[in-house]
Amino acid sequence: MNFDFSDDQKQLRDQARRFLAEKSPPRAVRAVLEGKADYDRELWKGLAEMGFLGVAIPEEFGGTGAGYLELCVIAEELGRALAPVPFASTVYLAAEALLIAGSVEQKQKWLPKISSGEAIGTLALFEGTGNPSPKAIKIAASNGTLSGTKKPVADGAIADFAIVAARTGNSGREADISLFLVDLKAGGVTAKPLQNVDPSRQQAELAFDGAKAEPLGAAGEGWSILSRVLDRAAVLIAFEQVGGADRALEMGRDYALDRIAFGRPIGSFQAIKHILADMYVSATLARSNCYYGAWALSTDAGELAEAAAAARISATQAFQHCAKQNIQVHGGMGFTWEFDCHLYYRRSNALALALGSQSYWEDQLIDRMRQKNAA
Amino acid sequence: MNFDDTPQEAEFRAKARAWIDANAPKQYEQELTKSGLGRISLKKADIVEVGKAWQKKKAEGGWSCLTWPKEYGGRGATPIEKVIWQQEEGVYGKLTQPFQIGEGMCGPTVMAYGSEDDKRKYLPKLASGENIWCQLFSEPAGGSDVAGLRTRAEKDGDDWIINGQKIWTSGAHYSDYGLLITRTDPNVPKHKGLTMFFLDMKSEGVEVKPIKQANGMQEFNEVFFTNVRIPDSQRLGNVGDGWNVSLTTLMNERMSIGARLATGFPEIFAFCNDLVTDNGPAIDDPAVRSKLASWAVKASGLKYTSYRSISALSKGERPGPENSIGKLVAGPMLQDIAAFAMDLEGAAGVFTDPAEAEAGGSFQAMLLGSPSMRIAGGTDEILRNIIAERVLGLPGDIRVDKDVPFNQIPTKGR
Repeated sequence: MNFDFSDDQKQLRDQARRFLAEKSPPRAVRAVLEGKADYDRELWKGLAEMGFLGVAIPEEFGGTGAGYLELCVIAEELGRALAPVPFASTVYLAAEALLIAGSVEQKQKWLPKISSGEAIGTLALFEGTGNPSPKAIKIAASNGTLSGTKKPVADGAIADFAIVAARTGNSGREADISLFLVDLKAGGVTAKPLQNVDPSRQQAELAFDGAKAEPLGAAGEGWSILSRVLDRAAVLIAFEQVGGADRALEMGRDYALDRIAFGRPIGSFQAIKHILADMYVSATLARSNCYYGAWALSTDAGELAEAAAAARISATQAFQHCAKQNIQVHGGMGFTWEFDCHLYYRRSNALALALGSQSYWEDQLIDRMRQKNAA
Repeated sequence: MNFDDTPQEAEFRAKARAWIDANAPKQYEQELTKSGLGRISLKKADIVEVGKAWQKKKAEGGWSCLTWPKEYGGRGATPIEKVIWQQEEGVYGKLTQPFQIGEGMCGPTVMAYGSEDDKRKYLPKLASGENIWCQLFSEPAGGSDVAGLRTRAEKDGDDWIINGQKIWTSGAHYSDYGLLITRTDPNVPKHKGLTMFFLDMKSEGVEVKPIKQANGMQEFNEVFFTNVRIPDSQRLGNVGDGWNVSLTTLMNERMSIGARLATGFPEIFAFCNDLVTDNGPAIDDPAVRSKLASWAVKASGLKYTSYRSISALSKGERPGPENSIGKLVAGPMLQDIAAFAMDLEGAAGVFTDPAEAEAGGSFQAMLLGSPSMRIAGGTDEILRNIIAERVLGLPGDIRVDKDVPFNQIPTKGR
């Protein structure tokens, strides 16, 4: 059994960690958080130069074609560093949708630009309150145009193009849904950033008013493509969450070693130790579930649907738990703007909702486990 | 990243599988498969006798105590081969319960500290199941605080005279030998006055009394020592070095990689799949789904955590600390799952009679038995301390009794 990343992949992790420690320090995250920029352009350029944006994009489309295990490794480091860039929207969602369902022309047009950092992409799925569901998609396509509103759209106001889920039928079934590719710079779209719990990553509203939309994948196939995209993104975002959880645990541990109260390091009190031990437990469970997700993603295994849901749930729990308890270990200082604890707390709660909420994924997991049992 | 055996591992697995297929006591397969949590029993046979027969057969075939050297009754196998063996042994592994403490704790301690003669005399018989060993560490005055033990050993010529009491000793009633930690010097701080011995459990003055547990079962014992004589030749390690010797024993206890801990998840998932309440199938209830999903990812998280450790073994590396979370996750989970299943049963959840209760009363039995899972082999709190101190590197607690002579440590509060 070799249920681990290879030495080369571990080297890539070290390389990514060093790069991000330099290019994405908390100061850079705060610049975006505090509205000085809508994303970190310098970092984005650097990620392109490192080849990280195209790590899972085949060479024929401008990527390095290294693979999904490599992308998982990079995702973990991005999560650890809270990288303030539209990586998830562009790479896990838009690029994956193109790779799964795009025509050769669409791939040729957009994937090289994603790899080189010239194009930012996103997925426009949600229409206000609620979880992924064919019924929740009201925006309708007619005559190659879209009209209606999508929100929240991650990185919607900085994206160059969006994959949009829209209605092409009214049977009340999944086959009503189709995907469209919209060039957001071609007119007919108004983008408006919206305030959100984690301003280090943008959320926006996209208002389409007769925007030109080209089909992505076959008509009526939208929901099945989306499901695959969401599963793949669930594994990748879970790695970001595990990276964040680990960093929050480290921050709590370091503070508990450093901070003296009642004449001793607070980390010598069992009340604090047990908080940190429980953080370690949740982070470890999440990491192990993520490894299984990585295996399923990289081999395109039939187990991916179940593995992705498990990784997603476990990693969401771990990051929320670790970020929350990191503040608790820090006490009052953890609740200051100055300390970085809130950056992780914000990110953990934003990522928890990024692909639909925890209860949505819990539902998915149970459905998938039952299907497996029935089979 | 893959789940495949290396060619050598595959060869070993095939060999083990073929041997098990040809030799396992298949007449008990079904009964063993069905037996649930805690101590197991067989309807028509004595589980210890069946276990001894299986252990003997394994020893004859060279499949007992796999990682031990051949001259002491083992196979000289690698840790990953041991894991593969356990996977292949499957349900028959349940028969090894009486021998696990001997193989995992007492044997390695004798191997580390015993004389060459003793190793050749005692270890092969331990490996073949002819002799069963138990571990005599815990005391009424020292559970989590093992070093607070009070059983005295006093030198008398070439012998030691033992007086005192041990508790929570698994298998003492059918054991032939015991690994015993005693206090030989109460005038020095507690960790410094301890000495380790092994003894014949049939020695005069040894009395074993079963403990009736909170769930009504009897799985552990109290062991009383009244002027029990042990020759000095059965001392393991130096006088006063018992604490270090015991660390060897306990370190081996934690090396149980690949052994699957019961979490209760498969049981609760199956139960919820079948149960229909007045509101429809339980599995369609969002509250039920949410709980199940939470437990599902804990169970899978533990499974893949053990796969990570196995992978390290497979590469010949030492597994990381990740495996230390197992019991801390599984123990509370069992307890929560049992209570949740009973809640779903409504008022009838109180029944324990297998004929009356849902799922044959298994969740009620789980509820009553599960508190021990959070205590035995390190309480949840001790395990958290271990993770915090040894994995995360936090400082040890301030120990007020550390440098105080043992006989001056207060014994009652207020």
